Amino acid sequence: MTTTTANEKKERFTPEIRAEIDRWIAKYPAEWKQSAVMGALMVVQDSNGGWLTTELMDQVATYLDMPPIAVYEVATFYSMYELKPVGKHKICVCTNVSCMTNKSDLIVEHLEKKLGIGFGEVTEDGRFSLKEVECLGACGGAPMMQIGRQYYENLTPEIVDAILEGLE
Amino acid sequence: MANEVCLRTLDLERPWLLEQYQSRGGYEMLKKILTEKTAPEAIIEEVKKSGLRGRGGAGFPTGLKWSFISRNAPGQKYVVCNSDEGEPGTFKDRDILRYNPHQLIEGMVIAGYAIGATRGYNYIRGEFWEPYERFEQALEEARKAGYLGKDLLGSGYDFELHTHLGAGAYICGEETALLESIEGKKGQPRYKPPFPAHFGLYGCPTIINNTESLASIPMIMEKGGEWFADIGVKNSGGSKLFSISGNINNPGVFEIPMGTPFSELLAMAGGMKNGHKIKAVIPGGSSAPVIPGDQMMELTMDYDTIAGAGSMLGSGAVIVLDDTNCMVKVLERMSYFYHEESCGQCTPCREGTGWLYRIVHRIETGQGRQEDLDLLDDVADKISGKTICALGDAAAMPVQGMLRHFRHEFQHHIDHKRCMVGLG
Repeated sequence: MTTTTANEKKERFTPEIRAEIDRWIAKYPAEWKQSAVMGALMVVQDSNGGWLTTELMDQVATYLDMPPIAVYEVATFYSMYELKPVGKHKICVCTNVSCMTNKSDLIVEHLEKKLGIGFGEVTEDGRFSLKEVECLGACGGAPMMQIGRQYYENLTPEIVDAILEGLE
Repeated sequence: MANEVCLRTLDLERPWLLEQYQSRGGYEMLKKILTEKTAPEAIIEEVKKSGLRGRGGAGFPTGLKWSFISRNAPGQKYVVCNSDEGEPGTFKDRDILRYNPHQLIEGMVIAGYAIGATRGYNYIRGEFWEPYERFEQALEEARKAGYLGKDLLGSGYDFELHTHLGAGAYICGEETALLESIEGKKGQPRYKPPFPAHFGLYGCPTIINNTESLASIPMIMEKGGEWFADIGVKNSGGSKLFSISGNINNPGVFEIPMGTPFSELLAMAGGMKNGHKIKAVIPGGSSAPVIPGDQMMELTMDYDTIAGAGSMLGSGAVIVLDDTNCMVKVLERMSYFYHEESCGQCTPCREGTGWLYRIVHRIETGQGRQEDLDLLDDVADKISGKTICALGDAAAMPVQGMLRHFRHEFQHHIDHKRCMVGLG
């Protein structure tokens, strides 16, 4: 077997991260380790404060025996992977039709004013970042947003204030 | 006849738990099939009889889809559930995953048995963390109880089921893009043929069905295909989960018979908010052409009626808009969505969706030109039917629908450089 450049690089994942990626690998046929790439990218992104570095993607490639470019393709295709630093709390606001007609623009405006940042930006203290997202499948609770893994629905500026105050 | 199928356990306190599901006869059908060694052909026949059509939006007959698999072909076969719920306006599968995950699991195992598959995947969109955890918990319970794994209930039949978590891409709701995604690639649709029934996941024969379709299977088995078909109307068997949102008092998911008048659905959803007048309805997710409110009030919610009105029932995502909405602004937002979500593989869609958005955007912002409406029609026409998957059509249809019914609003924007709707 020839040694590729990718294989020469050692990945330096912690045992916990390896165990988590292995749980994804175990779900797929043995010859389809690549199927675990989405799960693996999520695991390493979470372990790195919510964003992916090239080095991390390279390590995922090594771990899953994939060409690095194949990992970059996945990481750049899906909107939940972040290639730049995000806030400790990534606030994703839906502005699609059902939210829009329920005044999501007021929620966006309120968040922008309160945090002093726009979409795609991070607050100076690194606590919050704002992101505009497409329909998150919770239109019955419009307007809505997601912070981290949690959905927050039926928002008003006052409710948004209370939610943000409740975060660490 | 509400909540008879997928939401039938909703009144229980914690319906997502195994013991609660079993208290309503859950997994009895699977047990019966495995013990009696029901002929797989008989199961497929029952599903055909039920008139169940794909609940993800395409409406393809589920039983027919299953019959395309040659069950005796050697090698692995797969059952894949599409829980990548992303069509704007749709939020029903989220409720099935959260409140009735075991019925989905039971449906998937029965589907696997029917087509001779021993492995399945449920593809859940990445943002659905709470539903994902619920489903994972249900998988764990089902494994422990012997409903998943090796030699199910001593029948000699094996079935293993796993969750694949997406990471944010509308296109992965397209079945072949979804398969690419499970294989660890960009979610770009494949050419068809070959269809997944012949060349699906990992190149193996595969059926892909929507969450609601698969979760309907246990009840179809229990009460019979005819029972299910009779709930609905001709060509639209069964009940259906409608996600209704927009400018209404009580948005939510309602499981009601196919053929229910829209006016009744709207009443269930609490009617129009703040006493405003209904202006328009998008009856089947944002890809479905808009229907004027007055016309919609006369229609029933089934495939043929909505198609007859020039739109489609789609995933049953009903977005209700009142008279404070500017239709140019609504279309601008929808066009932006398709431009954002085009996977970039086919030129007419990749470039065309950008054209559509930019033209509608300039009309909305008072920069519209007299020739723009014809240009929109032309661009939409040049995308339709000219792409590998249906995203191109999905982007073109709302444009065509808006111009058909609300052309005057667009013309007003171009002529007066401002909106004709007070709040628009």
